[in-house]
Amino acid sequence: MTLIKLRPPLTEREVTKLKAGDLVSVSGAMITARDKSYARVLDLLHSHKRLPVNMRGGVVYHCGPLVKKTPRGQKIVSAGPTTSARLDRMQAEFVRRTGVMALVGKGGLGEEVAVELARLGCVYLAFTGGAAVLAAQSIEKVERVLWQDLGDAEALWVLRVRDFGPLVVAVDTKGNNLYLRQKR
Amino acid sequence: MLAEAKFRAAIVKMLRRAEITLPEDVVRALKRSRARERNRIAKLQLDCMLRNLDLAKNLGAPICQDTGTFTFFIQLGSELRLDFDLEKSLSKAVAQATREVPLRANIVDPLTRKNTGTNLGMRQPSVHLEPVPGKKLSIDLLVKGAGAENWSRLFMLRPTDEKIAIKRAVLLTLVEAGGQLCPPVIVGLGIGGSADAACLLAKKALLRPLSSKNPDKKLARMEREITDAANKLDIGPMGLGGRTTVLGVHTAKAACHTASLPVAINFQCWAARRASARLARDYLRVEAP
Repeated sequence: MTLIKLRPPLTEREVTKLKAGDLVSVSGAMITARDKSYARVLDLLHSHKRLPVNMRGGVVYHCGPLVKKTPRGQKIVSAGPTTSARLDRMQAEFVRRTGVMALVGKGGLGEEVAVELARLGCVYLAFTGGAAVLAAQSIEKVERVLWQDLGDAEALWVLRVRDFGPLVVAVDTKGNNLYLRQKR
Repeated sequence: MLAEAKFRAAIVKMLRRAEITLPEDVVRALKRSRARERNRIAKLQLDCMLRNLDLAKNLGAPICQDTGTFTFFIQLGSELRLDFDLEKSLSKAVAQATREVPLRANIVDPLTRKNTGTNLGMRQPSVHLEPVPGKKLSIDLLVKGAGAENWSRLFMLRPTDEKIAIKRAVLLTLVEAGGQLCPPVIVGLGIGGSADAACLLAKKALLRPLSSKNPDKKLARMEREITDAANKLDIGPMGLGGRTTVLGVHTAKAACHTASLPVAINFQCWAARRASARLARDYLRVEAP
């Protein structure tokens, strides 16, 4: 099994080369975001405020981790992907305004949202839902936790990961979408 | 007499076990599916699931970060005497497991969305108490994440609709949900009763082991037919294509009004977490399913 290695920040060149069905892994920075943090990101950007973390060329992970408080800090025990489609009504605007170039999640996106993301040059990478302990093994460090007032699951976790994967390129920048196969 | 401390300790043990290890019948079904798949990505998804199960067991970590909500189905003998409040003790056990395992705090107020931080809340955990004769006490626990629960459906079909309409309801929901409910799933199907009864039947059907057969021959046939049709949809593990969309279909029925045909569907994701416990003399024995 050969994985294409991605190291954010990503470039347009490497993202457009990815094809639906390719297997990839991510090493470096990855930021978690889901329902409430997506909404807060958009609120901030609508009111012309800066985000506390730069997401340009970044990889955003749809995930609400399970965190254990230890004397040495916060340890992520289980961190599988959450349902990406729940964020669909914010997805395109989120990607356009933040400059994120890859979303990692599970279950796929709405058909039209996927087309929109492809147009924006953002790929969708699928990680196996429920494979949360496997995911946590690739998390080397919690760099920062932002917006913990939203709760552990909804906060922005800035993670340093190593060989996070295997991820399947499920939507590529040409608009090829692995989730559409069964509906045809 | 069963002491509260012993009861509570057994419930904490049940919660921990359910969150960290899958029942043997589910693991076997996942392995069988892996052997049947021809699609490279489907195989990879199942491999990741199985690898994750090993890691979870070895590290004592919850299989999925969505440690779900808890539904307890309790059969309580009418002659059994307990000197403590069953529901209070269950709540204490849930809060304790949340701190100790630990589990993710998932429970919020439905309107303010404020998280209670303890996995307790109004009517949470959910407890279904069924009185039975004698001195029996048995407890079945179902752990459900939101990914699968969010696709629950209730169809009030026409009484003249035939079996095909029930089948269609399941298949349409599966296609609409695609990968979102973390397939391969177990389908709980409640047929008849009333709106509330059908939903409860559907959820309770998820407790049945995958290796068991429905004693009702007609229902057993329907289960096979829906399973075969669902696995031809090419939704596959995590919706990325493949032969395994459902691990099994479990149906249960109840008599209903002549003018209705309620059909409820409740899905359980591949991380089909459950546990049970039975009263043995003066303690509650947690059984490895």
